[in-house]
Amino acid sequence: MSFREEHELHKRRFGRNLGLGLVLAGFVALVFGLTVAKVSTEDFRMPTQQGEGY
Amino acid sequence: MSDASLNQASTAQPGEAGFGDFFALLKPRVMVLVVFTALVGLLAAPVALHPVEALATILFIAVGGGAAGALNMWWESDIDAVMKRTARRPIPAGKVTRDEAFAFGITLAAFSVVMLWLATNALAAAILAFTIFFYVVIYTIGLKRWTPQNIVIGGAAGAFPPMIGWAAATGTVSLESVLMFALIFMWTPPHFWALALFMRGDYDNAGVPMLTVTHGRRATRIHILVYTVLLAALALGAGFTQIGGPVYLAVALVFNALFLRDAVAIWRRDEAMAEADNYRVEKRAFRLSLWYLFAHFTAILAEAALRGAGLGGWA
Repeated sequence: MSFREEHELHKRRFGRNLGLGLVLAGFVALVFGLTVAKVSTEDFRMPTQQGEGY
Repeated sequence: MSDASLNQASTAQPGEAGFGDFFALLKPRVMVLVVFTALVGLLAAPVALHPVEALATILFIAVGGGAAGALNMWWESDIDAVMKRTARRPIPAGKVTRDEAFAFGITLAAFSVVMLWLATNALAAAILAFTIFFYVVIYTIGLKRWTPQNIVIGGAAGAFPPMIGWAAATGTVSLESVLMFALIFMWTPPHFWALALFMRGDYDNAGVPMLTVTHGRRATRIHILVYTVLLAALALGAGFTQIGGPVYLAVALVFNALFLRDAVAIWRRDEAMAEADNYRVEKRAFRLSLWYLFAHFTAILAEAALRGAGLGGWA
């Protein structure tokens, strides 16, 4: 038994899903990188250190 | 909207567009200009961002610019369908529905503004939001279809990216960023009017009141010359300000001389001459205008780099 040949529509959907997946993965990496960059700066302070009396 | 455009638009099925179709909605070629000028604004600023923050800034500005492009295509799908130059865009080509384009554009617009705010500061995000609003609401929905000055006023939208890049780095708007804004603002009219001279049929068919349609081609040729003279004065004058220096001035002298030469040639020609050589000079001026902007912003960047090494500017 052989599987039916994939319709062009399925290929297009796969391409769209793959593209979106890669964009989302890139976004996650970017937010991670941004977080690291921001907490690495000299003027970054932990929230608990910002207020007096905590 | 024409019957042809209605038929074409109706072929799109929701949820069946490919990744490339959505990417095309972002006007990637326009995005190149946005990214480049924003990058120059960012790198020419006296405050250096962390490389990751700089990358994020450019990406979010690009996404914001792309969102504005998608919303522009959503609103203009009727005239895009009747213009040869734009008939293959995703909506008139029947690949993306108007509703999809709107949802895509508005979501990316909000996303880019919020993310730019989080990555940099509120001022940069506010200018980006205003840029998207200006391009979509003021230019696309408001001005484009009722005034021949559409290009002049609408050009402001394309002039904001270096100002956003500068604001992202410094948190301020200063003379330097205003000068970069002014350079693109003054460059836009002669750039688009040169295009309109050899693409007039398109704008005629779409009913867009370009200067060529409302005031005629003679008036357009005069306008190109006047704006190019004003642009040259601004571009050369900027050479003696904080963004300028010897390198910038040398580049500005060469490119403004070339652009003025073409503007004068366009002004001296009539339609018979232009049609005889298939708008050779107008097409050359249009191509040159692209190099003109690229060269000026590269020179601004070079001056900033030299200043960083203690060599740039006039000091």
